[in-house]
Amino acid sequence: MTDAASASPKAPRRSLLQSLEIDTRLLGMIGAFVALCLVFNMFTDGRFLTPRNIFNLSIQTVSVAIMATGMVFVIVTRHIDLSVGALLATCSAVMGVMQVWILPQTLGLGIGHPLIAPATMIAGMATGALIGAFNGWLIGYQRIPAFIVTLGGLLVWRNVGWYLTDGQTVGPLDSTFMLFGGIEGTLGEPLSWALGAAASIAAIWALWRARADKVRHGFPVKPVWAEAVMASLAAAAILGFVAVLNAYQVPAARLRRDFAARGEVMPEGYTEAFGLPISVLILVVVAVAMTVLARRTRLGRYIFAAGGNPDAAELSGINTRMLTVKVFALMGFLCGLSAIIAQARLQNHTNDIGTLDELRVIAAAVIGGTALSGGVGTIYGAILGAIIMQSLQSGMAMVGVDAPFQNIVVGLVLVLAVWIDIQYRKRTGEKS
Amino acid sequence: MTPLVELRNISIAFGGIKAVDRVTVDLFPGEVVGLLGHNGAGKSTLIKCLSGAYQKDTGDIFIDGERVEIRNPRDARALNIETIYQTLALADNLDAASNLFLGRELTTRFGFVDDAAMEAETRRIMGRLNPNFAKFKTPVKALSGGQRQSVAIARAVYFNARILIMDEPTAALGPQETQMVAELIQELKAQGLGIFLIEHDIHNVMKLCDRASVMKNGQLVGTVNVAEVTDEDILGMIILGKMPERRGA
Repeated sequence: MTDAASASPKAPRRSLLQSLEIDTRLLGMIGAFVALCLVFNMFTDGRFLTPRNIFNLSIQTVSVAIMATGMVFVIVTRHIDLSVGALLATCSAVMGVMQVWILPQTLGLGIGHPLIAPATMIAGMATGALIGAFNGWLIGYQRIPAFIVTLGGLLVWRNVGWYLTDGQTVGPLDSTFMLFGGIEGTLGEPLSWALGAAASIAAIWALWRARADKVRHGFPVKPVWAEAVMASLAAAAILGFVAVLNAYQVPAARLRRDFAARGEVMPEGYTEAFGLPISVLILVVVAVAMTVLARRTRLGRYIFAAGGNPDAAELSGINTRMLTVKVFALMGFLCGLSAIIAQARLQNHTNDIGTLDELRVIAAAVIGGTALSGGVGTIYGAILGAIIMQSLQSGMAMVGVDAPFQNIVVGLVLVLAVWIDIQYRKRTGEKS
Repeated sequence: MTPLVELRNISIAFGGIKAVDRVTVDLFPGEVVGLLGHNGAGKSTLIKCLSGAYQKDTGDIFIDGERVEIRNPRDARALNIETIYQTLALADNLDAASNLFLGRELTTRFGFVDDAAMEAETRRIMGRLNPNFAKFKTPVKALSGGQRQSVAIARAVYFNARILIMDEPTAALGPQETQMVAELIQELKAQGLGIFLIEHDIHNVMKLCDRASVMKNGQLVGTVNVAEVTDEDILGMIILGKMPERRGA
C-alpha cells in the first residue's frame, strides 16, 4: 500500500515486485532475517539451522511474540506499555497459586483434576484483562500519560506477583497446563501435516476470496500468475515450517520412557517426531485473530484512525477514551495468555518470570515497523520482529558471544532498525 | 415557519474569558447563513457547540423547534448534523474510503468492515464531486489540499445530512476547486439542506449566502439579509461592530 508503486499510477511496465504487490518493508525484514540465520549458521558450523534449534527458537519466541501483537495496537494509538513483563509476572503468580495451592488444596480438587488447567488459565487471562482495563481507564479517562501509568505499573505488578507467592518458586505445575509450554505439548507428525495442509488451503482460499471481492466491484486485480506465485509462496512457507518441525525426532531415551510408562516395550527402529508445538499453534491463532481484528473490524479501524489523528477520530464519533480501555485490556489479556506459555515452558512460576520482557516486546514491535508516532504498524511485522530478536539472542549465545556483548548488540540493533525505518519512510515519501 | 436550527442565547467561557456571549442565530431549510467576524470573534467556538466538539455553558439548541442536547460529535451526527472542519479532521494514515466511512463503516453480514463496498461507494461519490480524484488506495496524507478537501466534503454530504457546517471550506483551495465547492453549496441548498458557512472572503459571502450573522468579541453584532446590504456594510459590521445605518439597530 505504501510502496513506490502508488507514486506512478498505471505505469505501463510494472516490476516483478509491483506485480506481486509485496510490501517492500516486509521483504527487507525477511531478507535481514535470512542473512542473520545464514551468518549464525556459518559461525556455528551448521548448528543454527537444525530442526532442533528451529524448534527451540520457535517455542522461545512465542511468549514475547504474542505480547508484541498487542503492543502494536498500544503503540499505534500513540501509547506505550512498560508494564507487560510485570503484568505477565502477576498473571503467572495468580495461575501458579491457583493450580498448585488453591484449586487442589484449598478447594480440595486434588492434584490432576481436569478442571484445574482450564480454571487456572481463565483466571490468569481474566487477571491480565482486568489489570489492563484498569490501566486503560487511568490513561483514557483520567488522562494520565501511558508512560507514567505503566512505569508505575511495572513496579506495582512485579511486586504484587512477588507478594502473592512470597517470592517462592511455585510448582510442580498441573500436567495438562504444562502441555502449553512447548516441548511437553506437541501435535506429532500426522496432525501437524494435516494442520499445515489445512492452513495452506485456508491461505489460498483467503487470497482467492480477496480477488473475487475485487472483481465483483470491478477493481483492478493482480495478474493470475502473480496470485499463483503468492499462493505457492504462502503454502510453501507453511508446509516448509511444518516439515522442519516434523524433522525434529523425539530422543529415543524419552520414547523408551514413554513406552515404559504405558507398560509397553518400544519396537526396534521406532521413531516419532515432535511436530507443531501447541504454543506455536496458539501464536498462529493469535496472529490471525489480531490481523483480522486490525484490518477487518471496526475496532481495528478505530485503533488506526485514533493513532493517525486522535482529534479526527473523536470528531468522527469514535469514543477514543473507551478505545484506550479496550486496547489496554486486550494487551493485558495477551499478557495473561503469554504467562500461560512462559510459565508452562519454564515448568514453574518463578519470581523473575517476564523480567525485561517489556523491552523485548517493545523492541519486537518497533523492529517490526510499528511507528512510535502512531497510526502505523502490522501484526506480522511485530511477530517477525520478535523472531529476529530471539534469533539474535540465541544465535549469539550459540556462537559464544560474551553476555555483555549480547545485550550491547541487541540494543544497537534496536536503534539501527528504527534508523533504517526512518530512512525507508523518507525514501518512500511517508511521514514517520 | 420553524427554523431548522436555532441557537438561542449561547454562551461559553474558557477560563473566565467569554468566547461566546449570549449569541442567538438561526437557520432555515434550503438556506445558507454566513458566519463572519475576525479571528477570535467566536464563530468557530459557537459552531462547535452545534457539532458537538464543545459543550455550551448556557443557552439552548433547537432542531425543528425541539430542544436538544448535543454532548459530543455522536449526538450531532445522530441529529443529521455534519461538519467540515477547517483542519478537515482526516485520519492521515488511512485511505479515502476509510476516512469517508470513519465511525460509520459498511459491514458484511458477518460484521466485518467491507472495504471493497466502501471503496466502490467512495468511487461513486467522488466521481460526482471530484471526477479527477484517482488515489483511492493511498493514505490521505499523500493527497493535495483540494483532494483532501473533497474527501472531507464527501464525508459530510454522503450520509444525508440535513444541517451542514462548513468552516472555511475554500481556504486552502485553488480557483477551480473553489468554484467546485460553490456549485456544490448551490446544489445542496436546492436539496433543502441548511448550511452554516464560516467564511472570511466577503465576495464568497455575497455570492453564496442568503443571510449573514456577524460576530465581534464573542457577541453577535447582528444578522442581515445579504441581498439588502453591500460589501461595505458587512465590512463595517465586522470591523466596527455596528449595524448598517439605514436598517437601524
